[in-house]
Amino acid sequence: MIRVENVSRRSFLKVMGMGTGALVLGCRIDAEGAVGTARAMAGPAFEPNAFIAVSPDGTVTIVAHRSEMGQGSRTGLPMVVADEMEADWDRVVIVQADGDGRYGSQNTDGSRSMRQFYQPMREVGATARHMLVAAAATSWGVDASECEARLHEVIHKPTERSLGFGELAADAATLPVPSPESVELKSRDQFRYIGSETSVVDLPDFVTGRGIYGADVRLPDMVFAAIAHCPSVNGRAIGYDADAALAVPGVQQVVDVPGDGGVGGGFQTLGGVAVVADTTWAAFQGRERLAIQWEPGPHAAYDSATYRQRLEAAAEAPAHVVRESGDVDSALRSADRVVRASYYVPHLAQAPMEPPCATARFEGGRCEVWAPTQNPMGARDEVARALGIGPDDVTVHVTLLGGGFGRKSKPDYVVEAALVARHVGVPVQLVWAREDDIRFGYFHAVSAQQLEGGLDREGNCVAWLHRSVFPTIIATFNASARRASPNELGLGLIDVPFAVPNLRVENGDAEAHVRIGWMRSVSNIHHGFAVGSFVDELAAAAGRDAKTYLLDMIGPGRTIDLAADGVEYTNYGEPIDQYPLDTARLRNVIEVAAEAADWGSPRPDGRALGIAAHRTFLTYVAVVADVSVDDEGLPTVHGVYSALDCGVVVNRDRVRAQIEGAVIYGMSLALHGRITAREGAIEQSNFHDYPVVRMPEAPRTMEVRLIDSDALPTGVGEPGVPAVAPAITNAIYAASGKRIRELPILDLGGARRG
Amino acid sequence: MQVVRDAMIELTVNGRVQRVDVDPQMPLLWVLRDVLNLTGTKYGCGGGVSLCGACTIHLSGRVRKSGTTPISASADKEVTTIEGLSPDGEHPLQRAWQEFNVPQCGYCQSGQIMAAAALLARNPNPTDDEIDEAMAGNICRCGTYTRIRAAIPRAAKEA
Repeated sequence: MIRVENVSRRSFLKVMGMGTGALVLGCRIDAEGAVGTARAMAGPAFEPNAFIAVSPDGTVTIVAHRSEMGQGSRTGLPMVVADEMEADWDRVVIVQADGDGRYGSQNTDGSRSMRQFYQPMREVGATARHMLVAAAATSWGVDASECEARLHEVIHKPTERSLGFGELAADAATLPVPSPESVELKSRDQFRYIGSETSVVDLPDFVTGRGIYGADVRLPDMVFAAIAHCPSVNGRAIGYDADAALAVPGVQQVVDVPGDGGVGGGFQTLGGVAVVADTTWAAFQGRERLAIQWEPGPHAAYDSATYRQRLEAAAEAPAHVVRESGDVDSALRSADRVVRASYYVPHLAQAPMEPPCATARFEGGRCEVWAPTQNPMGARDEVARALGIGPDDVTVHVTLLGGGFGRKSKPDYVVEAALVARHVGVPVQLVWAREDDIRFGYFHAVSAQQLEGGLDREGNCVAWLHRSVFPTIIATFNASARRASPNELGLGLIDVPFAVPNLRVENGDAEAHVRIGWMRSVSNIHHGFAVGSFVDELAAAAGRDAKTYLLDMIGPGRTIDLAADGVEYTNYGEPIDQYPLDTARLRNVIEVAAEAADWGSPRPDGRALGIAAHRTFLTYVAVVADVSVDDEGLPTVHGVYSALDCGVVVNRDRVRAQIEGAVIYGMSLALHGRITAREGAIEQSNFHDYPVVRMPEAPRTMEVRLIDSDALPTGVGEPGVPAVAPAITNAIYAASGKRIRELPILDLGGARRG
Repeated sequence: MQVVRDAMIELTVNGRVQRVDVDPQMPLLWVLRDVLNLTGTKYGCGGGVSLCGACTIHLSGRVRKSGTTPISASADKEVTTIEGLSPDGEHPLQRAWQEFNVPQCGYCQSGQIMAAAALLARNPNPTDDEIDEAMAGNICRCGTYTRIRAAIPRAAKEA
């Protein structure tokens, strides 16, 4: 539901930095359908969520209300507006929105920006075009049907007269907004920017160091802060040596930071002790001297090795049935062969290049923050709660994000900056060290999974049993939560797209002892790895080609209706009729990726292809990895070939870039990623013990093929990740016969075992 | 509480002489960012080790990680940061980075470009293997490596 409004005479002009005589349009949509497990953050329905403005000099200003973290939506959504509007991209200026309920959901995660705002952005752009055309027609005294908007001007076709958008702005601002039914959207062949290759608006800043990220904010009288957290979550400081910290040159104050964050504590701060100084480095140095005594709290016994045993035991026992069709038990009993495998994926950390940081100023009972946040409204609400002030007394300015990957959806670090700023009375920039980022994150859930497949005499899969056990994100908000949410179950577990007559999926209980949070593609990471691997295992057991077997498992092109099986499937918060689970599209990306990789052609000894495919956040992705394995069992990923069907593509270059990046991200977690806890504390701390892929490991060949589609656009930030790990491990199996059922790969390969 | 600090340290940053009154152990990174407000050089790993390369700069023409270079080691030397790589943002690498649309979030790219500039300065025609080796110290979490590997030879041709 969308309603465009003429807000030219309202206070939004100030937001846009516009004078009078400008045409300013806002639109309102229902902020419904939010995916995720956070506290409800969507604003009330019918709040404005986007604005465009045309000033008399012809400048078109478009508000980017979603956070930019490398995915390109700060460019892509305005491209959609400009296209429908017939604006000249060279005369468009982008303004980043503050956190503001008028924009509706600004929570930039769930690969939702293009999915949820493509249509509203088209409509607001088209509405502006209609009004500019109407203004021109009125001034010429002609019928609007004789006029056409074309690249920043309106043309009267019979006489070829023209008026620029800037010349028309003042008149257009006085016009009523046309009804949605009367606003005609462009047809696909009329698109000017949608489907193009467009450089992001920040590109010149990115290559000259001028982009402003969280820690680049500079305010008068600003000081810097670092914070020490208890090594185990839900603990607290009971004593420390403030004098030792204060003895460090540049250190000004030591501040107690109360906090009820942790398991069950949502997005609030873990609490701790902050050191305020005249430079970030002095704050870090002072923090080292605090010698804090901690009361370690209820999770101090968390140990990844023993927890793993519990998870794996749970994965072997019957659990809550979350999807069932046919009779799996009897089908397994009567199967010609039963294949059984267990998979384990450890905790992972998002580790964006820019660690969490925020700047805050508290003055006159109001708090203003500048933060690299995916979730400005969440930041506002959590800051307000921690300070005991109203949300309207908090302003959140969104900087560029140096990566997000889900970590910066959680504004605990923003709360910390606000609390310290209130205490010291001047603006504070609080910066997490890399060690803080790795140790005090919202981790991807550790998981144990067991799969059993029954094959008939021909090797076809007739029974599928999948049991997945992992601590739930819900526990971050409710410490007693043990079972996965329907959303998590819908991320690659219950929505397997296989034509198997007897199928049962179970979910076992698990308790959380660290904060669990979403990380790029969320539960699809471990589910995609297990499912993608197990299909390959079944193919091997059946002695069939992996790609052919995968296609056979999926079966013919059709839409799968899980509700018909009585399954509670959330479909990423979107209606299943608009975004069906379409196996034809999945089959197609498999064929296209396989063709790109020249599947089936002979390879040298010790080198082979592996394939996996996954529907993630409503987008279809297949990945083929070209991998060799050396005499020591160590893999080299030579090439990765991906095919992607995300519906209508807006910015082709950024869509490809997201998949290229997702391949590297997926490789990092597959080859190296592992977070473990001992005595409640995270054992890793930086890129030496939480390694990620570097340039020499990056494949020499990286090909991304985009499917040409008229389907509704879906996101691309997350979907490229899940199929990467199984494609690589399947290739390792094909190349060497070694089956990898546990990540990270290199840990098992002997390179880093310990 | 303030303690008496060592005498001023003098260095040249992007062609300008700067005198700073800081702890001589403070890494150059934080002097650039928090004292001189040159925020193009980024923090990514810190500590006593160079793990990510986001802080890469040139010190007297040689590639250095500013996060592990104490300011005392920069005294009387010339520092070049991303802000000073070219007067107009038109260094061949900056042009190639734009031609290939290398950056995603952009955060690590100052360090990537400075590392690549140092590579081209000593090796005007690097092979892919040489690029991999020279750039191995610079992490990009967005995964722009294959575009960086394509952009460096393009810049080499134009230089």
